[in-house]
Amino acid sequence: MSFDPLRLRREFPIFAERAKSGRPFHYLDNAATAQAPDAVIEAVADADRRHRANVARGVYRLAEEATAAFEAARGEIGRYLHAPGDEIVFTGGCTAALNLAALSLGDRLSPGDRAVISTLDHHSNIVPWQLLKARRGIEIVAIPVTEEGGLDLEALARLVGPKTRIIALTHGSNVTGARVDLPRAAALAKTVGALLVVDGAQVAPRGPLDPRALGADLYAVSGHKMFGPTGIGVLWGRRELLADLGPAFGGGGMIGEVRLSGSTWAKPPARFEAGTPPIAQAIGLAAAANWITSLDHGAVEAHLNDLTARLLDGLAALDRQERRIRVIGPPARPGRLAVVSFHVEGLHPHDICQVLDESGACVRGGHHCAQPLMDAFGLAGTTRASLAAYNDAADVDALLAGLERAIEVLA
Amino acid sequence: MSDSVYHADIVALAKAATGAGTLAPADKTATIDNPLCGDRAAVDLSLSEDRVIALAHRVRGCLLCQASASLLAQAAIGRNQTGLVGLRDAVAAYLAGDDAPVGGFAVFAPVRQHPSRHTCVLLPLEAAVRAAGQRD
Repeated sequence: MSFDPLRLRREFPIFAERAKSGRPFHYLDNAATAQAPDAVIEAVADADRRHRANVARGVYRLAEEATAAFEAARGEIGRYLHAPGDEIVFTGGCTAALNLAALSLGDRLSPGDRAVISTLDHHSNIVPWQLLKARRGIEIVAIPVTEEGGLDLEALARLVGPKTRIIALTHGSNVTGARVDLPRAAALAKTVGALLVVDGAQVAPRGPLDPRALGADLYAVSGHKMFGPTGIGVLWGRRELLADLGPAFGGGGMIGEVRLSGSTWAKPPARFEAGTPPIAQAIGLAAAANWITSLDHGAVEAHLNDLTARLLDGLAALDRQERRIRVIGPPARPGRLAVVSFHVEGLHPHDICQVLDESGACVRGGHHCAQPLMDAFGLAGTTRASLAAYNDAADVDALLAGLERAIEVLA
Repeated sequence: MSDSVYHADIVALAKAATGAGTLAPADKTATIDNPLCGDRAAVDLSLSEDRVIALAHRVRGCLLCQASASLLAQAAIGRNQTGLVGLRDAVAAYLAGDDAPVGGFAVFAPVRQHPSRHTCVLLPLEAAVRAAGQRD
């Protein structure tokens, strides 16, 4: 049976809720936040309704239940990432995970050490390294992008050297939709003994993956981009690396023992989870991971590739009418993320988005927290549509029709 | 007036680009960015006895920002720093729902229901206030 996005959509209550208004609703901002299915919403509510207590502290039955549910969630996320649970660090989000990585790795760096970052990345994988540069005196260089909006790994080969300690890059762009060849980057990192830190926010929602096999040393995941709750993220790290890193934050839960003269640290992952963690959110994220795992990934990939091709073809057709549309990203092909950014000459992305909203199309305009990438393309911002499995051809067609109207209204 | 944000009056104001350009020399200049979207408004002021006698602006921004800058080029004339602050505050209050008259800025009535776009309208006004507040 062919993949049916409308059947899938019934698992997401927001679509029925929005339909009550009578207004069209075409949610195409999934790269920012994906919608949550009933399975996730119920898991979070159930955790608060039946097992709400702090974890790894109380000895009473309720606290034991909460701890068991939280640690079970860690195990579920571990299965999603093909990793044991003790390699899974829960954080407040993907940004928090990348900052945690930079802070903990920063203790190992000395002035003059080099971190290679990327022009393709979200600010979340740029600014933490800039902060580290200010604190530790490290050098930062950036991998350029290709004309197609991918990462220029030929240039990476020239940028790595004996002082390179960190290579921090995205697994897939939140703007162009290009994926990065992680094994190739990892091979380059290995030649100089550098660690590979990866922002997996856009790729992790596409299905279970194996960061270790891909060559990553640390891999950050966003909860709300993979159909999970907000306020939760994951930093996966190789066990031997996590064991060698110091904590970034201090407080309850991350210590071995505390004396006024000094403290010792708990083993990972607790070492990196100071204070009360996002408990219900972690349980919700595990539900999201299980929900994604239950999908037919071949069918979902084919569906998203078809929709992406439909959108790119539609934009090209509009451009042929001399609409002056420039797509920032690669052509449709297997493996491309379902994220499509474009610039309409003479029009501002926010104006386009506002007009599109009148036809119920929810898309994003602006720099997408990727200003260095915008600079590389000589743009202040783009309009971005990002698709998920519950989107269908009607969503894409509504966007294209709305864009045509926006051009008429604004030009 | 149309409920659409992009009704003809706003589009016409933006396209008119009244006051777009530079003053050479300017008595005071300021540039301000909107960190949410990267838009930028720069304002030059010529002053006589602390009052604006000419204003020029350069906007890298959306249509709302451009329309607001066009209105500002006229509304700023004759105002001192306090007057510019008053104009900015009045427009901000109008966008937030206050019904006190704001002259031509009433064209932004449809923007009231879109709080995320209020900053777009206010960006040139903020730049003018910042310019006027700069020390000689």
